[in-house]
Amino acid sequence: MSKLNKASAGKKGPKVRSDCFIEIEERKSGAIKLNFKSKVQSMYGTQIEDQIFNLCRHFGLRHAIISVEDAGALPFTIAARFELALKRLHPDWKCEYLPELNSKNKYRTTKDKLRRSRLYLPGNEPKFYPNAGLHQPDGIILDLEDSVAPTEKDAAQLLVRNALRTIDFYGSERMVRINQLPKGLDDLDYIVPHNVHVILIPKVESADQIKQIETKVKELKKNFKIKNDIYFMPIIESALGVEKAFEIASASKFNCSLAVGLEDYTADIGTQRSNEGTESFMARSKVVNAAKAAGIQAIDTVFSDVNDMKALKNSVIEAKQLGFEGKGCIHPRQINVINKEFLPTEEEIEKAKKIVIAFEEAKSKGIGVVSLGSKMIDAPVVKRAERTIKLAVDNKILQPNWKYSN
Amino acid sequence: MKLVKNAAGRKVPTVVNGFKSIPFKGVNKYKPTGVKAKPKINSCIDYPSSGDKTVRSLKEALKKAGLKDGMTISTHHHLRNGDVLTNKLFDAIKSLGVKNIRWFPSASFPCHSHLIKYLDDGTIHHIEGSMNGPLGRYASEGKMKGLGVLRSHGGRYQSVQDGEVKIDIAVIAAPTADPFGNATGVRGKSACGLLGFALADSEYAEKSIVVTDNLIPFPCIPWQIQGNNIDYVVEIDSLGDPKKIVSGTTQVTKSPDRLLIADLVAQFFEETGIMKDGFSFQAGAGGTNLAFALNLKEKMKAKEIKARFIRGGSTKYLVEMLEEGLTDYILDGQTFDLDGVRSMRENPNHVNTSPFTSYNFHGKGNFASMLDAVVLGATEVDINFNANVASHSDGYLLHGIGGWQNCLFSKCTILAIPSFRDRIPVIVDEVTTLCGPGELIDVIITERGIAINPKRKDLLKAVKKSNLPIRTIKEIYDEVNDLCGGKPAKPKVDKNTIIAVIKWVDGTILDSVYKVKK
Repeated sequence: MSKLNKASAGKKGPKVRSDCFIEIEERKSGAIKLNFKSKVQSMYGTQIEDQIFNLCRHFGLRHAIISVEDAGALPFTIAARFELALKRLHPDWKCEYLPELNSKNKYRTTKDKLRRSRLYLPGNEPKFYPNAGLHQPDGIILDLEDSVAPTEKDAAQLLVRNALRTIDFYGSERMVRINQLPKGLDDLDYIVPHNVHVILIPKVESADQIKQIETKVKELKKNFKIKNDIYFMPIIESALGVEKAFEIASASKFNCSLAVGLEDYTADIGTQRSNEGTESFMARSKVVNAAKAAGIQAIDTVFSDVNDMKALKNSVIEAKQLGFEGKGCIHPRQINVINKEFLPTEEEIEKAKKIVIAFEEAKSKGIGVVSLGSKMIDAPVVKRAERTIKLAVDNKILQPNWKYSN
Repeated sequence: MKLVKNAAGRKVPTVVNGFKSIPFKGVNKYKPTGVKAKPKINSCIDYPSSGDKTVRSLKEALKKAGLKDGMTISTHHHLRNGDVLTNKLFDAIKSLGVKNIRWFPSASFPCHSHLIKYLDDGTIHHIEGSMNGPLGRYASEGKMKGLGVLRSHGGRYQSVQDGEVKIDIAVIAAPTADPFGNATGVRGKSACGLLGFALADSEYAEKSIVVTDNLIPFPCIPWQIQGNNIDYVVEIDSLGDPKKIVSGTTQVTKSPDRLLIADLVAQFFEETGIMKDGFSFQAGAGGTNLAFALNLKEKMKAKEIKARFIRGGSTKYLVEMLEEGLTDYILDGQTFDLDGVRSMRENPNHVNTSPFTSYNFHGKGNFASMLDAVVLGATEVDINFNANVASHSDGYLLHGIGGWQNCLFSKCTILAIPSFRDRIPVIVDEVTTLCGPGELIDVIITERGIAINPKRKDLLKAVKKSNLPIRTIKEIYDEVNDLCGGKPAKPKVDKNTIIAVIKWVDGTILDSVYKVKK
């Protein structure tokens, strides 16, 4: 069998934007020959040429015809497409080209960070990346799973890796949804070394799957000398997963939240999603219960009608009442509604204020047992009240000096 | 060609197509003296007392009007991209063997790429008006014989009124007209709303021809063009494609980034107090602007605020505001959709205006400066707030100026633009073509934040306690360059070959457009 000497990567065509198509044809001799046309030829032609030649040098490619059709791809995309074309020619090559880590991408996260809204971005679609953070979701998910065609999984891995290094998500938590295991284990190589904050693990059905991820993450962290914590958000999407929810939620100390995914779940139990959601009531409640029992956040499924903001609002109010603390979005327009509705209500804030004040008074008087009216207040109640207050202050619906303002 | 540096530091020719031109002197620095153009005296003895001015064909009307080589022929652009008449007009001119026409449209559209063959064969000498799409490309490649002259809508009126451009024959597309030449745009199968852009032409042209596909008995009510200014009336089958003349419905943008910009604009109106009882604003028909209008409407309703007037480009969304009592009037410059046409026809508070009332710089005032705020677009803005609407960053002519320059005189001029498109920065160090001096541009609203012109200390103060993402324009510029992988190269143009000039609202020359090197 003769060895492949030509491979390509990326997208071309009249509808393609912010992406490029790169074809590399390797030859036995002769210099690098570059044929390229670009929508931004006059503005960035020189930079693109320089970038391609630098990439050739980096990978030690000396004899090839390279064709580039560019529709305004940013440098992180061009690099990912070039590397992919080359790796499709040489699947055994281990060498990577890592764009410089943006100095703004070094921020960390915490286990109990707010995760009200998380915006899904299709992993192989670079045009959505640069502006996603501007819409201020609590988290941005670069998706390697369902939004990526099976034949483009390798493309998405490189693009997501480059995005994690270069794209500023403006403070949103940096999340990646990996593929189902075992493929998902490979995905970790492309994200763990690049300051991913939360790994979303789809279709989890056992604690062992979480353990496998934990082991591999630990190993990668050691190899790459990564100190900060990386958290997991298992997603329950099947009947079996629902049955095993607590086992999964408590499988790792790095689990920060447990999410439910209803599209797959309803298919699994042989029905479809209805507006009322009666078919998934048990599953959702069970996920909430398992999460709370394990001491982590419960996160609801995505809301898929991007045009109906009223229905979205109602769905958030319902989710909050069930005990969920966050919801998925597939369009930036959904973020504001979700963020706002998950905020504490005026009543909740008033109650929280009373609890915090009562607790502080009791503490200053050295009283061990705190009560408000006829009700005892214990530590988790105080903790929740403090959290409510923080949420309200962070979102400017309560003055930071509220204790003294009355 | 002799070039001089004007007050904006741009090199411009002193002679354009054989006429002496004045370089830009600065904003509000040039005040001409003298008298306006003087149309010749006519006598009704020369016109049929029956009032019937119809002739059989456009060709015959052109012959009667004395068409000959080198004349200036004007058209209006209310039929937009559905215009078929202009193409037929030049087919007729070609068949008469007439050459070297100066075409003086109020704007051109991609449908006019039909005319490229007449530029090639010498029927048309050059175009003075916006050159969009294929015509812009043609001119940018240096293929047009004369220099393109780009004027604002107000500048076009000014140039005719001041006698800078003498129109020999005006050809006025009229969706409805009577045999006397009274004409309106609010009725007929090709209804386009109003005919304001043809006002100067009807008043000042040596000969005026009304062409209609809906000839009705006298009188045509309401007459937007007065038959007393018209020489001949021609009936034809069709002026154009109604679907492209006005859209059925104008579409609000679905782009999340544009929606974000629209949100910020509406929030800016609210937080700076522009949105107050009795205020006025102008917003165009672009997707971002429509989203802004919808958003502002909700805010006005919530606070029970009513505008005194809104300037259009009218669309369904402005019409709804009028009908729901959120504004007393729409003062309309062009109607973009069927709801706009209907409203103008039926609602006396939906008023048709012209470049004379709205924009003309050489009049006793105009409406543009009275607006509390305008929301406009741009292809480029530089770090000194100078803006470009005419050319693309690769140097090619892309758009006309429209009413854009005229609108810069509002009390608060806002450019609502993305900070970059694909890999094309919109915020740049220096604009490719200067169309609007930065001193008139107050606020840049992008998805990456809002930059306020440092000259506007009042606005900077007004936003101090707001939640608006206020940044300097330089910060946004730096961020965009980082994202795009460095500063974009300047377009490769031949600095010795000018293909068009950009006029300022007072008729002086603001900038030159150069031939693009292939």
